[in-house]
Amino acid sequence: MIEVEGLTKRFGNKRAVDDVSFTVARGEVLGFLGPNGAGKSTTMRVITGFLPPTEGRVRVGGHDVVESPIPARRLIGYLPENAPAYTDMTVLGFLNFAAEIRGLRRQAKTSAIERAVGLCFLEPVLHQSVETLSKGYRHRTCFAQAIIHDPLVLVLDEPTDGLDPNQKHEVRNLISRMGRSKAIIFSTHILEEVDAVCTRAIIIDRGKIVANGTPAELRRKSPAAGAVTLRVKGAANVVSAGLSEIPLVARVTVLEQSGESVTVRAFPRPGAVDGQLAGAIGALARRWQIEQLQTEEGRLDEVFRGLTMSDTAGGGNVQ
Amino acid sequence: MNALANIKTIAKRELNAYFSSPLAYVFIVIFLLLCGFFTFMVGSRMGAFFAHGQASLDTFFIWQPWFYLFLVPAVGMRLWAEERRVGTLELLLTMPVTSWQAIAGKFIASWVFLGLALLLTFPLVITVNYLGSPDNGVILCGYAGSWLMAGAYLAVSCITSAMTRAQVVSFIISLVLCLFLLLAGFSPVINFLSSWASPGFVNAVASCSVITHFLNFQKGILDARDVIFFLSLIVFSLFTTAVILRGHRK
Repeated sequence: MIEVEGLTKRFGNKRAVDDVSFTVARGEVLGFLGPNGAGKSTTMRVITGFLPPTEGRVRVGGHDVVESPIPARRLIGYLPENAPAYTDMTVLGFLNFAAEIRGLRRQAKTSAIERAVGLCFLEPVLHQSVETLSKGYRHRTCFAQAIIHDPLVLVLDEPTDGLDPNQKHEVRNLISRMGRSKAIIFSTHILEEVDAVCTRAIIIDRGKIVANGTPAELRRKSPAAGAVTLRVKGAANVVSAGLSEIPLVARVTVLEQSGESVTVRAFPRPGAVDGQLAGAIGALARRWQIEQLQTEEGRLDEVFRGLTMSDTAGGGNVQ
Repeated sequence: MNALANIKTIAKRELNAYFSSPLAYVFIVIFLLLCGFFTFMVGSRMGAFFAHGQASLDTFFIWQPWFYLFLVPAVGMRLWAEERRVGTLELLLTMPVTSWQAIAGKFIASWVFLGLALLLTFPLVITVNYLGSPDNGVILCGYAGSWLMAGAYLAVSCITSAMTRAQVVSFIISLVLCLFLLLAGFSPVINFLSSWASPGFVNAVASCSVITHFLNFQKGILDARDVIFFLSLIVFSLFTTAVILRGHRK
């Protein structure tokens, strides 16, 4: 549904987005990750037709967003960053406007508004002015506007920003439910959201895509992925010497020594099959008393930091 | 058909926005007070309207270009500046509407609002009709000219509103631009210019002015050239607005 090909966006001399290509099909929820200023919002603004691309092309449902913007925009529901809404209107008035501008009239309009209000839990504030809404409600009002015409494509710029944990949970559920029948792209800083909602994730740093895959694939890029963590009763040097003798083990690091227990992590040699290392270590460690034995899946935040900080010395502004 | 529906939806929203804030009521009250006061009280010692000794609304229309100078930029200043400040511009321009439809819808809403304020001066028409028998054709023509002139000022305010996200900046710049449109045909300025410039130049400057063209309407002369002047000023200004809006999104 969304095809981005060689998209470059320059502001003056600065390349905000640099040769980015990806596609999102129906039934996919694509998480867009990256530090602040990486080009997430800019990419989304190009997809929704707010900004024209400097180079490359973007198609939504087969329509080029520059050459035939109106048919493309009809397919899209967009939640911009900071969820703007007309402050001088009531929630109902605003949704009414959004429905009418999407060409919905009479019965179709009424039922579309009812549906969106129900999905976003807006009943209590329906007749309240947008200006007086709390941040959570204002956010959901803008979200309701994005889904009012039941679009095939949803572009959501930080949809859970500023919501409390319960609201975040609701919005995530909503996104994954809608993701079954739509193509959704959403940006976030929150890595746990990627696991909870996404079928695929893209990490973008300084305008370039640095990783693209399922959450599990991304986790495997973590330096600790595939390593085995072991906690046993015993002395650190004895345990690590013992583990080093296993042919599959490349190196062993001691993570923690507390009282009689020691926690060590053994990293596999390249080419080791998942589970093999844990089996070998388990067999050897039987001579000590095993308290914990686990194969690391890798962690997204480690991958994220590794990919987006590698060449910013210090990487001070990474969130 | 679709385009008209979009323009109508946007215009309706915009018009509602005026009336959901105090701005609309403040504007209408001030406009009517000024009109009433200047028409009857300001002028010669006795009050121009009565001293005139004629059943006409000349003393009403003569002040209109000056009221509009302050009031129309106040109506137009929020049109785009507010959208940019709140961020709804991004929402509006990613909806399935062209920027032309958005510009037209917003302009029409404000113009209708100004027309509404103008219509509320109808007691003046009733008064002169009660006091004498004025030429109502001339009065109607004056009203038409006044509304066109308001539209021209408003279109200029659209440009300045699109340039900035600060409404006050928009107000001041459009006031200056409108002042130019006004003074170019103001008789002291014309007299000053004709003392040293060639008559051709003076005429060229004067023909840029809203006063010159509005004067014909006041006299009851409906000249196509005057109508075209105002309409082309509106179209040109709205076109410039479109260019500026596109410039923000380059």
